[in-house]
Amino acid sequence: MKDVRKVIEKIALIIRKQTLIVILFCLAVIISIIQPRFLLPQNLINVLIQIAINALIATGMTFVIISGGIDLSVGSITALCGIVATAIIVKMPEIIIFQSFLLSLTISVIVGFITGGFSGFVISKLNVPPFMATLAMMSIARGFAFVYTQGRPIYGLPESFSWIGQDYIGFIPVVVIIMAIVLLSAHIILARTVFGRRVYAIGSNEEVAKLCGINVSKIKFIVYVISGILSAFAGVCLASRLITGQPNAAVGYELNAIAAVVMGGNSLSGGKGGIGKTIVGLLAIGIINNGLNLMRVSSYWQSITMGAIILTAIIIDQYRKKTD
Amino acid sequence: MDKKPLVEIEKISKKFPGVQALDQVSVSFFPGEVHAIIGENGAGKSTLIKIIGGVYQKDGGKIKIKGKECLFNDVNQAKKSGISVIHQELSLIPDLSVAENLCLGREPRLGNSGFINKRAMRKMAKRILRTMELKIDLDVIIRNLSTADRQIIEIARAVSQKAMFVIMDEPTSSLSSREIGTLFKIIKKLKNNGVCVIYVSHILSEVLEIADRITVLKDGCFVRTLSASEAKENLLVKLMVGREIKDYFSRKEKTIGGIVLEVRNLTRDPYFSDISFILRKGEILGISGLVGSGRTELIRSIFAADQFDKGEIILINKKVAFKSPEEAIKNGFGFVPEDRRLQGLILEASVKHNISLPSISATAKFGFVNTTWEQKICEKYVKKLKIRTPTFNSLTRSISGGNQQKIVVAKWLAAISKIMLLDEPTRGIDVNSKSELYSLMNSFTKEGGSIIMVSSELPEILGVADRILVIREGKLTANIDRKDATEEKIMMLASTSKNNGYEVKQ
Repeated sequence: MKDVRKVIEKIALIIRKQTLIVILFCLAVIISIIQPRFLLPQNLINVLIQIAINALIATGMTFVIISGGIDLSVGSITALCGIVATAIIVKMPEIIIFQSFLLSLTISVIVGFITGGFSGFVISKLNVPPFMATLAMMSIARGFAFVYTQGRPIYGLPESFSWIGQDYIGFIPVVVIIMAIVLLSAHIILARTVFGRRVYAIGSNEEVAKLCGINVSKIKFIVYVISGILSAFAGVCLASRLITGQPNAAVGYELNAIAAVVMGGNSLSGGKGGIGKTIVGLLAIGIINNGLNLMRVSSYWQSITMGAIILTAIIIDQYRKKTD
Repeated sequence: MDKKPLVEIEKISKKFPGVQALDQVSVSFFPGEVHAIIGENGAGKSTLIKIIGGVYQKDGGKIKIKGKECLFNDVNQAKKSGISVIHQELSLIPDLSVAENLCLGREPRLGNSGFINKRAMRKMAKRILRTMELKIDLDVIIRNLSTADRQIIEIARAVSQKAMFVIMDEPTSSLSSREIGTLFKIIKKLKNNGVCVIYVSHILSEVLEIADRITVLKDGCFVRTLSASEAKENLLVKLMVGREIKDYFSRKEKTIGGIVLEVRNLTRDPYFSDISFILRKGEILGISGLVGSGRTELIRSIFAADQFDKGEIILINKKVAFKSPEEAIKNGFGFVPEDRRLQGLILEASVKHNISLPSISATAKFGFVNTTWEQKICEKYVKKLKIRTPTFNSLTRSISGGNQQKIVVAKWLAAISKIMLLDEPTRGIDVNSKSELYSLMNSFTKEGGSIIMVSSELPEILGVADRILVIREGKLTANIDRKDATEEKIMMLASTSKNNGYEVKQ
């Protein structure tokens, strides 16, 4: 009897502390009552596929936001890296698709490193506010994508290129596996490593971090590099899913990523939070989108509903924090 | 007292996770009195005034204003009832001018429009400063003022809001003795106007000088309210601590060894110039000087938190030029900065994470934090320094000032620092924590460490330091042994020009 009460108390505590998870759960229940198809395994996997690319970007964004910054250039970097990858593969003979894929992935990651690193350099060494620096990079990276393609999409990619974006290993999609690996590694880095600890420290109080012997510029630089590289991964996955390189792909993805990070409960002022919270945010957005799709809500109304639900969830969460 | 009390608090209680911050505390405050509240860190003083000021909500008890029960849900309701709180954290807007800050929230307007009547605003600000007898330029941007001036402005603003109940939380923490005089004049004026001033402080001599009545809190409980005439310093200490503290400054055994640090002609324009001194093993070197004399900048430059322009630092026969605190720390330096909230601690992080922060990378395995080591080091220093915290994972924000300061010291002990640079290490902490810190400094030097300590408190410098450097306007004016030093002598060296033959410069 005592044990039962203990369990109930524990659940009550979780409900009080994890408002968002509870809201998320309720939403899932409501959706599955209206549309039982929601609970089909195939549909649940669909949800994961739909959030995978945003998850890669949002992971980088989590690092940046915990460090006290913001990265608006991720959508553009995603598009640019998609173009770079497809442009390389198109030029290579199909017979060595595996090698050319590795080459294109490597070059994309290098491009992600350079663009993210450039923002990081400007922010950490030249003291440009992150908002401005990455806003500029957002414009620059998108510009390069258009300059290279002259605004035309890259077609004619071999079918096998779609492996990452569309194929399965067993019953699990490749992108979902990539997402899981990235989220897990990011969690371990943030929660367990010295680097992770330092990201939190500089996001919370740069001066204290500096006086504790932390090289603040270096940590900031690395954080934007991580964001750039993960955007490159996202770009390759997106191009593979679409089997084209689109210069105007991933427009607005930076906002989706920020939404996921913040909705999960990470503070925009930095120093707090973690990947766990980002996962909650990603799932919330994924489940809402999927549910609205299943209920055949028109995409225009979806956008409105999405905004309203995000706002409501965050208001409830804020209220809970205040009364705590 | 035959007058009716202005504010009465009855059986106020407040609980935070893990601590009973206040337990059934009752006090009455009368108009026209200066009522001091004293107690150790964590005794509940801050919690009490935050409840009166509407920052926290009480769990139980009553607050009565002029006999009527009041319920404050936020700061504004308390303000409307005539309660004005001057917090330790300054609340001025740094990029606005003095006049704009003084009139903030009640700017005179042009008619009923939304435009500010600048002329009326200046007039209003001028009047406020005149009634306080302050000479501060109205158009200076707050950012460019010294901390002391900011504090005075802050007090002037709060007082000018026609509050009948003014609460001052450690108002003198960054004031020099001359400015404290100004503050006391303001307080006396308020008192004569029938205002009740609540004065929270650790500095007993100030309390005894200004207060009419003194209330002592201990561990969240009311101990006693005394009138000024019956209060004596040692009685207050006894009530606060529960025991008598003997040998407050206990610098007895010392073993001073060879030179560990030599500073030659160190210069950083415009803060200090041409400063040379040596530091020996096992020595406590005191640096005395007025606020703004360049003493803080000096030790920040030694720690490489700022870069100096000219000069040399020689560490045990080896010339060093640190590019960052990172290198200074690797060479055995530790730095306890002036403002623990802004520079010393990551308030959003746990006690454990703060203690381990400077040394996590040295003890890491393949880049991973060594959590067993972290737990061990945290246990060791929480115990050794008697840090009072509910758990190791509690946020440092929720811990009282003296214990926060101990955490700052603990992190450098954990990093095995050899030379500790302390900037006002006992500011805003209670007698008990102070005496614990002093004995810690003793044992640190006994084990072969060396300390450079900047302090505004002359008794502290004289009680703790083995040798004293005096800095005036960025120049070293004296390097004297403790036995040759007196308060008067240091004060004179800190504030007069040698060329004028000990004339006090105004």
